[in-house]
Amino acid sequence: MPQTPMHTDTSPLLEIRNLQTHFFTHDGLVKAVDGVDLTIQPDRTLCVLGESGCGKSITARSVLRIVDQPGRIVGGEIIYRAADGRTVDLAAERPGSRRMREVRGKDIAMIFQEPMSSLGPITRIGQQISETILLHRKVTKAEAREIAIEMLDKVGIPDPTGRYMAYPFELSGGMRQRAMIAMALSCQPRLLIADEPTTALDVTTQAQILDLIAELKEELNMAVMLITHDLGVVAEVAEDVAVMYMGKVVEYGDVHDIFANPQHPYTRALMASIPRIGAERRDRLPAIRGMVPHPLSRPSGCSFRTRCDHAIPGVCDQSEPKLQPAAPPNQPVSCMIKR
Amino acid sequence: MTAPLLSVENLDMVFGGNKRDAGVRAVDDVSFDVMRGETFGIVGESGSGKTTLGRCIMRIIDPTAGKVTYRPDDSAPVTLTDLDKAELRKQWQSIRMIFQDPQSSLNPRLPVIELIGQALRKSEGLTGKALAERVAQLLQQVGLRPEFLHRYPGAFSGGQRQRIGIARALATGPKLVIADEAVSALDVSIQAQTLNLLQDLQDEFDLTYIFIAHDLAVVEHICDRVAVMYRGRIVELADRDTLFRTPAHPYTRELLEAVPVPDPSRRRDRKKTVPVPTGVQSAGCAFAPRCALATEICRNQTPPKRNVGGAEVLCHHVT
Repeated sequence: MPQTPMHTDTSPLLEIRNLQTHFFTHDGLVKAVDGVDLTIQPDRTLCVLGESGCGKSITARSVLRIVDQPGRIVGGEIIYRAADGRTVDLAAERPGSRRMREVRGKDIAMIFQEPMSSLGPITRIGQQISETILLHRKVTKAEAREIAIEMLDKVGIPDPTGRYMAYPFELSGGMRQRAMIAMALSCQPRLLIADEPTTALDVTTQAQILDLIAELKEELNMAVMLITHDLGVVAEVAEDVAVMYMGKVVEYGDVHDIFANPQHPYTRALMASIPRIGAERRDRLPAIRGMVPHPLSRPSGCSFRTRCDHAIPGVCDQSEPKLQPAAPPNQPVSCMIKR
Repeated sequence: MTAPLLSVENLDMVFGGNKRDAGVRAVDDVSFDVMRGETFGIVGESGSGKTTLGRCIMRIIDPTAGKVTYRPDDSAPVTLTDLDKAELRKQWQSIRMIFQDPQSSLNPRLPVIELIGQALRKSEGLTGKALAERVAQLLQQVGLRPEFLHRYPGAFSGGQRQRIGIARALATGPKLVIADEAVSALDVSIQAQTLNLLQDLQDEFDLTYIFIAHDLAVVEHICDRVAVMYRGRIVELADRDTLFRTPAHPYTRELLEAVPVPDPSRRRDRKKTVPVPTGVQSAGCAFAPRCALATEICRNQTPPKRNVGGAEVLCHHVT
């Protein structure tokens, strides 16, 4: 497979710089996103890989400014480059501002693991899609209906005209997922954020949905930010990969480099710990010991050091590693011992 | 002893149904044996009937037809499907279950000592200090600290809760443990720990597992033999290597092809999205509407069980 250069000359569609999203809970301050840098290039797929609680979903929700209370962006920038070339810092906008509402849904659309979190239960599928189109595009009701049916057809829903009138509960899980994708793509977004879009689905349905996202990405020329915990899904669809742990990106790079040559101990341990079909039989899986520390008792220094086999006392617990270029160029890694 | 620990014969589970309506055949004429000390995997997609099958074996729900025979020791075999409630409860001490969601399978208002100890109190009459000691010992066996005795489930992470669920299953000294998607809800790094734990416990206590899961990589890792279910039927049953190296049934092949491979240099060739079949196949092979090999016979006749290269396969075409 030919390797694509990681950075093309085109300017990035979205640049997240030192993003900090914190939750002010009764028990204390939870730094869910703690200084994340990410770049999304137009026409490329970035996968954000991490376990639950690593901040991958909150990063995505920060971009759209839909972080729930008591969460708040306390620092950093989210620079979005609009179609006309102007840039806007989404982190500085009010969540309800006019500009934000324009970006949300029209320029950047999001799909979720659970389709019912974005589909209303008592409104017909078609009407929900039409409403979105009418909100963001200058079309008549009849045109919106036509576009909606076309989208339902495009995402592979059989009998789209009939299903236009269906309620969400009348569709299966996979079909609902498709309907949600149809709605998200109905305004031809420039960036699709997909948060665990196939986690609740069967493998055969998952394959279909991943193929569908890849096809539509080509057809509509959009960028995709896909959030997942599944290394298989990452290998399948990603071009760029960011690995997150406890609110930070610990490794970033081209998908082929990351899989062929993982640098961060966490990335390596993660890759070693999954069973693989057809691989040589192992009696035991090399598991990562312990568990993710409680967010309120973050270890000093490197947050992974309590579970890391390579941690060096006096080094890893002293200062916090920053994401910086390691062995192969263009694959930044945040680790005290990898430099 | 060579007799299987558990034999399932022609098990049917039909939900609903009356004179006019056939109902839903969640489990359809399923037969298999589980050998002592093995891990028997049941894989399938949602709605394939794998969970219902597990529940029918335990008789959490009563199967519509069929027979389940359990041979815990040298004495006469027990026909689970013939037992009354009281006799069944006695068997439930040696057949235990682990559930997918440790969140909903543990009562949030009971402390760990009660969650794990209830069964011991009932079966062995343990109380007070003796009970606390036994539960503390069980906690240690699943890798939790004995001080956790009086904590509530809310104080634990998902992985720890699943360990509590495992300790509860082990409490009464079971021979057979039915694990229904026991690691599916866990994070990648916790999943590996839990799989290792299940294997250690199997070695230590001579456990036999029925491992119900949808994750094929996990099933290949942990199971000795595997049954693939589709719409209530076992369409293929083989030992692990045969099934994963030379899958015979078209459905097994489709399933294996759909699994994303964690290696970007081996991305599968993108196929056009397969049209999703509409309508339900009433006669013949349930997989026929989706199958590339399907012919007239598949739509009319139920496929026979055949032996194909060491695997039991339910298909008209593969040989």
